[in-house]
Amino acid sequence: MAILEVKHIEKHFGATQVLKDISFSLEKGQALSIIGSSGSGKTTLLRCLNFLEKPDHGIISVNGNVIFDAQDSSTQLEKEIRKKRLHFGLVFQNFNLFPQYTALQNVTLARELMAKEHGNETKAEIEAAGMALLEQMGLADRAGHYPHQLSGGQQQRVAIARALALHPDILCFDEPTSALDPELTGEVLRVIRELAEKDTTMIIVTHEMAFARDVADHVIFMDEGVIVEQGDPKEVINNPKEERTRHFLARYTEG
Amino acid sequence: MFLTVTLSLIEGLGSALQLFLLTLLFALPLGLIIAFGSMSKCRPLSAATNVIVWIIRGTPLMLQLIIIFYGPGMWFDNNIWAFGSGRMAACVLAFVINYACYFSVIYRGGIEGVPVGQREAGEVLGMTKSQIFFKITLLQVVKRIVPPMSNEIITLVKDTSLARIIAIVELIKAGESYMKSDGITWPLFYTAVFYLLFVGILTILFNWVEKKLSYFR
Repeated sequence: MAILEVKHIEKHFGATQVLKDISFSLEKGQALSIIGSSGSGKTTLLRCLNFLEKPDHGIISVNGNVIFDAQDSSTQLEKEIRKKRLHFGLVFQNFNLFPQYTALQNVTLARELMAKEHGNETKAEIEAAGMALLEQMGLADRAGHYPHQLSGGQQQRVAIARALALHPDILCFDEPTSALDPELTGEVLRVIRELAEKDTTMIIVTHEMAFARDVADHVIFMDEGVIVEQGDPKEVINNPKEERTRHFLARYTEG
Repeated sequence: MFLTVTLSLIEGLGSALQLFLLTLLFALPLGLIIAFGSMSKCRPLSAATNVIVWIIRGTPLMLQLIIIFYGPGMWFDNNIWAFGSGRMAACVLAFVINYACYFSVIYRGGIEGVPVGQREAGEVLGMTKSQIFFKITLLQVVKRIVPPMSNEIITLVKDTSLARIIAIVELIKAGESYMKSDGITWPLFYTAVFYLLFVGILTILFNWVEKKLSYFR
C-alpha cells in the first residue's frame, strides 16, 4: 500500500490557479523528485502536504488514512493538524534555523517541547538522539555552534537533522541546495543520497537534474500547475516523452 | 546653598523617576496589546487602533496632558483628579497612553521583521502557536526592538519635564524656582547633570542588554 496518496489537489492564489488536479502516490522507502521551472507549483504542492497551504480541492492520505479532505472540514481541525503534520518533515530552501539556538538545540527543541506535553522522554535521551543525528550529518563538532557561525551547507545539514528528529514518515525537501554556493551543494546532496540509500521516504523538489536522475526512484515533472510527465527518473530525464519536458530539460543540458 | 539646591533637585528627580517608572510599567504591556490590535485580521479593530495611534502620535504630549488633567473638570464639571496624588495620576495616564502608542509601533516593526519562515519552521515541527511565540519569535523580536526602544525610553526621561505644565515639581521646575526666589540661574543648568546621569545609566544598561543578545544574529 502506498504510504502517501494525493488525489486531485487544486490550489488557487486569488484568481491564479497554481495547482491543477495533482494526483500521485508514493511507496514507503521511495524517493520522489519533483522537477520543473520556477512558478510551476512544485513548492506550493510541498507546502500543501505540510499544511502550510490549504488546498481548495483534493484528498491527501497517509498509510491509507485520509488526513486532509478539502470537502470534509472535520479533517481540518487546528488541533488535529498539529498532529497530522508530523507525518511530514520539511527542509526549507533557506534553512530557517532558529538563530538563538545552537545546532543541537535546533535539533532537540521540538522534541523537548513534545516531551514536556507527554512526558515520554528525558532531556538526556533527546539530547543523545540529537547528537546522533548531528553525527550522522557529519556535524558532531558543530553541535554548540549558532547558525550564524555555520556555513550554508552546514546550516542545511542541521536543518535536515532537525526535520529527522521527529521521525517523519515522509521527509520533504524544498530546493534544499538552491540557496547554497555551488561548492557547498555537494555536502548536502551527499547527505540526502545517504538517506535515500537507507530507504528514507522522501520528496525532493530540486533543480539538480543529475541528482534527481541518480537518487530518486520516481520523478514528476510539473509545469504551470499540472503534472506533465512522471515515471522512472532515467526514462523521464534521458528520454522525455512530452514536448514540454524536453524543452525544460534542454535548458539544463545546454547550460 | 549648593546643598539646599541639590536636595530640592533630588526631590524633583524623585517625581521624575516616579513618572518614568510608572509610565514604563504600564506602557510596555499596553503597547503590546495595541500592537496586536493594529495587526489584527479584524479590519474594524485594526483600523480603529491605527486611528488612535495616529491621533496620539500626531498631537503634542503636552496637549494630551492638559486635556486629561483639565478636561474632566471643564467639560463634565467633575474634577476626577482632585485627590492627594491626583496630578501625578493624571500625568501617568497621559504618559502611558502616549508612550504605549509609540511602543506599539516599535513592537509591530519588531514582530513583522521576524521572517515568516521562522514561524513556518515551528509549525512543521508541530509546535503550538504559543510555543512558537515564546520559544522562537519573542527573543528575536526583543533583539530587534532594543535599539529603537532605548531611543524612546531616553526621550521619556526628558519628557518627564512636561509634568510641570500641571504643576508637578519635577527637575526643571525645582531648578527654575531659584530664579524667581533667589535670582540665581545655575540651579537650572545644574538639572542637566541629573538628566545626563539618568540617561548615562540607562545607556549603560541598554548596551549591556544589546551585548547579552549579540550571541545570535
